[in-house]
Amino acid sequence: MTQVIPVVFGESMDNDLSVSNLVKKFGDFTAVDSVTFDVPQGSFFSILGPSGCGKTTLLRMIAGFEEPTSGNIMIRGKDMAGVGPNLRPVNLVFQHLALFPMMNVADNIAFGLRRRKVDSATIKKKIETILERVGLPDYAQHQIKQLSGGQKQRVAIARCLVLEPSVLLLDEPLGALDLKLREQMKVELKKLQAKVGTTFVYITHDQSEALVMSDRVVVMNKGKFEQLGTPQELYSKPLTPFVAQFVGDNNLWSGKIEELSGSDAIIRTDEGFIFRSRVQGTVTVGRRADLFLRPETLRIQPKEKEGLNIFTVTVKTILFDGANSRLLTVTPQDHELLVALPQNRSFDYIQPGQTIEVGWHPEAGVCFAAGD
Amino acid sequence: MAISRTSKTALWLFLTPVLCWLLLLIVLPHIDLLLMSFGGENEYGERVWTLQNYRNFFTEPIYWNTFLRTAIFSIITTFITFLLAMPVAFYIVKVVRPRFQGAMVLMLLLPFWVSELVRVYGWMILLRESGVINHFLLKFGLIDKPVEMLYNDATMIMGLVYTSMLFMAVPIISAMESLDDSLIEAAHDLGSGKLVIWYKIILPHCKPGITSGSIVVFMLVLGNYLTPNLMGGKNSLWFTEQIYNQFIASFNWNQGAAFGFMLLLLSSLIIWIGLKLSRQKLGEVAS
Repeated sequence: MTQVIPVVFGESMDNDLSVSNLVKKFGDFTAVDSVTFDVPQGSFFSILGPSGCGKTTLLRMIAGFEEPTSGNIMIRGKDMAGVGPNLRPVNLVFQHLALFPMMNVADNIAFGLRRRKVDSATIKKKIETILERVGLPDYAQHQIKQLSGGQKQRVAIARCLVLEPSVLLLDEPLGALDLKLREQMKVELKKLQAKVGTTFVYITHDQSEALVMSDRVVVMNKGKFEQLGTPQELYSKPLTPFVAQFVGDNNLWSGKIEELSGSDAIIRTDEGFIFRSRVQGTVTVGRRADLFLRPETLRIQPKEKEGLNIFTVTVKTILFDGANSRLLTVTPQDHELLVALPQNRSFDYIQPGQTIEVGWHPEAGVCFAAGD
Repeated sequence: MAISRTSKTALWLFLTPVLCWLLLLIVLPHIDLLLMSFGGENEYGERVWTLQNYRNFFTEPIYWNTFLRTAIFSIITTFITFLLAMPVAFYIVKVVRPRFQGAMVLMLLLPFWVSELVRVYGWMILLRESGVINHFLLKFGLIDKPVEMLYNDATMIMGLVYTSMLFMAVPIISAMESLDDSLIEAAHDLGSGKLVIWYKIILPHCKPGITSGSIVVFMLVLGNYLTPNLMGGKNSLWFTEQIYNQFIASFNWNQGAAFGFMLLLLSSLIIWIGLKLSRQKLGEVAS
C-alpha cells in the first residue's frame, strides 16, 4: 500500500503523538496551560496529576472531544485540528469503560470495525484474535453484564485495540476496580502494551499506577507540566517541590539555608537541626527552604556514621505493612517522621517508646526554595 | 420462595383495593358491554341474542372504513409524535444545562394545565378562515383571500400530535436520563457519525421509553373524541364519533357496544404487533 508520507519537522516521525503549546481555556479558567510533549512510537506514557489538574481535558483534546484554544496536536505527523473524534487514529478507553450494554462482547468489539465497513469474515477473525490476546478467548457471545470488572476492562481495551489505533488513550480505567484487581491489572496492562506494541497514553491520579506501568511519566499540576521523565527520575530526582510531594512519600522539614556551595547546602531546620543536603533549583543563602526526605533513605542505627546527617528520634508506633513497613517517629520537638523499616529481622528489637538514632546521606535529601 | 402467612395476608390487604377497582370499573362494565354488543331486538321487538351488531360493522363500508382510517391515522400520529419527541427529549436531557432542565420540562407540561377543549380552541383561533394566521398572511400580502386551514386531515393530525406530545416526551426523557454520555462519546470515538449514534446507541437505549410512550399516545389518540371532532370537522370520520353517534344520536346501545369492542380489539392487536416488531414484552416496558 502506498501512502503519502506527510512532511514533518525534525525527528518527530518517530513520535506517534506530538503536542505543542496546547492551551485550553474555559472562560477565565485555564485548564491546560501551554503544554508541549512528544510520545515516541510504542511507548507507555503516563500523565500523572491530582484531580482537577487538567489531565482529562488534555486527553479529551487528543481524542477530539474538546477543541484546543490554541496550540496543535499531531498524530503520526498529521495535524489533528478540526478532525472529529470519529476520524482520528486514536481511541479512548473511558474511565467507566462505556461498553455498550445493549450489545454482547463480540458486537462491542465489532462496533468500530463495522463503521469502517470491514467485511464480516474479517471482523470475526479479528474479534477472535483480539479476545485471545486480552485473555478472553471464549467470551465473544457473553453479555456485558455477565462480565466481572477485570473482564470488562479487557473488553474495553480490546474494543479499541482491534481498530489498531496509532495511540490508545486510557482515562483512569483502573479507578473503578478494587485494590487487588487493580494491582493485577497494572501488571497485565503493562504486559499487554509490551505485547501489542501500541503507543499508550495513560492518565491517572494514582502515582503507583503511573510508576509501575510507564516508560515515561509527566507530572501535571494546575494545567502545567511540572516534570517529565522516567519513573526513576521522578522518584529520585524531583525537580519541583510538587513532584517531590506528589510522587511517593516524603518527610518534610522547613528551614533556612545557612551555607551554599554548588548544589550542596547546609540547612538549619526550624527545630534547630543542621543538615547537609542537595539543593534543586535556585536557592540563596538566608532564604527559607523546604527539605524533602524519603522514608527509605533514613537508616536506623547506622554503623558507619561518616558523612551522614545523624539525629535521634523516639518511636511512636510501628506501622507494619509487610515489605512496606514503617516506623512513625517523632523528633524531640514533636516533628513526625516516617522511617522505612526493612523486614530483614535486624530491627525486630525496636519497640514503641524507644529512642533510636537515624542517619541519612546528604545526597538523599533535596531542598527547594520555599514557596511564599 | 416461601411466603409466610402474615405477608400473604398483607399482600391481599394491599391487593384488595386494586382488585376492587379493576373489577368494578373495568371488568364489570366490559362484561356488560360485551353482553350488550350481542343483544338486539327481533322484528317483534323482543330482546334476543344476535351477531347482527358485528355483522353491521363488516357489511357497512362506512363503519370499517372509518375504523381503518382511525387506526392508520393513530399510527401516523404516534409516529410523528415519536419523531418530534426524540430530539426534544435529547435537547432537554443532554444539551440544556442541568439547571434549566426542570424549567424545560415545566414548559412542556404547562399547556396541559388547561383543558384539552381550550387548547383545541386555541388552535382554531389561529387556523380558522378569519383567524390570526390568515390575518397576518393577508396583511403581508402573501395570500389574496383567506385559506381555510381547519377541517382537514393534516390539521387534525397536527392537533392530535400536539395533544399527545407530553405523553411521548416524558417517558423518553426518563429513559434518556439513564443514558451515560460516555456511551455516545465512545461510539463517536469508535468511528460513528451522528446517524449511527442515534440508530445504534440512543434509540436502542431509549426503546422501553419509546414503547411505553407510543402505547400511551396510541391509546389516547385512538380513543380521542374532542380533537378529531373539532379540528377535523364534519368529515373527520373518527371511530369514536361512530360510537358516540350510536349511543347518543341513534340510541342504539347494542351497536355502540359492539363498536366499542371492536376498538378495544383493534388497540390490543396493534399494540401486540408493535411489541412483536420491536421484540419487547409488555412487562419489560411497564417496569
